[in-house]
Amino acid sequence: MKSGSQLERMFAAGHFVLTGECGPPRGARAETVHEKAKLLKGCVDACNVTDNQTSVVRMSSMAGCLLLQQNGIEPTLQMVVRDRNRIALQSDILGAAAMGIGNMLCLSGDHQIFGDDPQAKNVFDIDSIQLIGLVKMMRDEGVFPSGKEIQGPPKMFIGAAVNPFADPYEIRVPRLELKVKAGVDFVQTQCIYNLEKFERYMEDLRKKGLHEKVYIMAGVTPLKSAGMAKFMKRMVAGMDIPDDVIARVAAEPKEKQADKGIEIAIETIQRVREIEGVAGVHLMAIEWEEKVAEITERAGLLPRPILD
Amino acid sequence: MIMGSAKPLDEILAMIEPYDRIILAGCNGCVTVCRAGGEKEVGIMASALRLARETAGRPLEIREITLERQCDPEYLEGVRPFISDYQALLSIACGAGVQFMAEKYPRTPLLPGINTAFIGVTERQGEWAERCQACGDCVLHLTGGICPVTRCSKSIFHGPCGGSSDGRCEVDKNILCGWQLIIDRLKSLNQMDNYLKLHDMKRWRASRDGGPRSIVREDLQE
Repeated sequence: MKSGSQLERMFAAGHFVLTGECGPPRGARAETVHEKAKLLKGCVDACNVTDNQTSVVRMSSMAGCLLLQQNGIEPTLQMVVRDRNRIALQSDILGAAAMGIGNMLCLSGDHQIFGDDPQAKNVFDIDSIQLIGLVKMMRDEGVFPSGKEIQGPPKMFIGAAVNPFADPYEIRVPRLELKVKAGVDFVQTQCIYNLEKFERYMEDLRKKGLHEKVYIMAGVTPLKSAGMAKFMKRMVAGMDIPDDVIARVAAEPKEKQADKGIEIAIETIQRVREIEGVAGVHLMAIEWEEKVAEITERAGLLPRPILD
Repeated sequence: MIMGSAKPLDEILAMIEPYDRIILAGCNGCVTVCRAGGEKEVGIMASALRLARETAGRPLEIREITLERQCDPEYLEGVRPFISDYQALLSIACGAGVQFMAEKYPRTPLLPGINTAFIGVTERQGEWAERCQACGDCVLHLTGGICPVTRCSKSIFHGPCGGSSDGRCEVDKNILCGWQLIIDRLKSLNQMDNYLKLHDMKRWRASRDGGPRSIVREDLQE
């Protein structure tokens, strides 16, 4: 075992794995995280805690992870390279491992221009792929990049994000290949609405045998409304929401659009589950944690398997 | 070349507020080419400042001069004969020129009249763009002659990130995605194998992060 986290053991046992996502609050209220944790408990095998997503300042991912742990949920620490140089990254990796956090997701981070502090200096000392290599080196070789020995290497199950829908498409599989080469253990995809394109992506990565080298989790986000879908399509780069998906939600009266969004999410889960090489689903119910139990139940993913 | 652009007139007027007699010094180097700090701009800026101060009822005496370069010591001697007759020197050279002038004339307050922006190129008449961040550790041979440090908004070494859309950067639709450019160029050079190489963590010490840099060539020293 690389970290022995529940997430890693679930994959190793061959289960179809389910992870959730929790965005920490814009404040210091621990109760907000506890409340979200109660909604996710028992529904997911592990839960990502985002790291100042969209460059908007929130409670730190590390603190959010510890609060989830207090509720008996295994956290996955999201870590962006936007705000930390390699010194801070190494230190946080050690700190997270010391606190029993066994999964992390290595990310670039949204550019600071999108947040409340567009005048901030960005760091990008290393990139997300170099971060994967850094954690792997610390874990497997027990040394810092300086070559000095680590007193107690961090046991981390290393994750990354992939976006099959960003441009240019031809580089999407090679870029996953780079992440695999750097040492990633699992990847979670951007929200999938364009299933045909996702199927093509999976087919292309299977040709390279990548599905046998890394656990691939399909990202699913239920749409709350046609308005949300249109907004995401327009505003989020690399977000591919086909017009027919938006039309299905828009065809419903306003009060029924959320139900349709959930129905589409469930269909998506069921469909990606059939694709060879998809090892699990990463369910990102953005500020909609109260629907996670319903979605996972109706998708046939509950109860979650219990490991020995 | 080093690119710059004029500071807003109000900002310059606030800077020179305490003074009645100043030197306005341009530079015939890079800032002349990018139309920010050459002889012509010295004339225009001097006229604007004089007019503004006359209107405000506090006339300003300006001595106009444009030096061959402000980054070489011998040319800076050009203001020595009269610098002590003035209260301050407003330089519209790049930041290096302003500072070098300040070093040479420790008793004269030095004021920057332009904002130094970047090392770049003339894309077309009236349009300049950044190409180099002088990071001190060039990798252009691996990236198709396109710099990831400069052209990617996140300076990442394994791109593009998820924010690349139709060849544009999510930061601004007017910015071309540096990594799309790199990939297009690698393909046309039949060098896509370079894309699948992992780059070691960058040695930023060669960049400004190691402190102010210098180059010493003993073979050229007397």
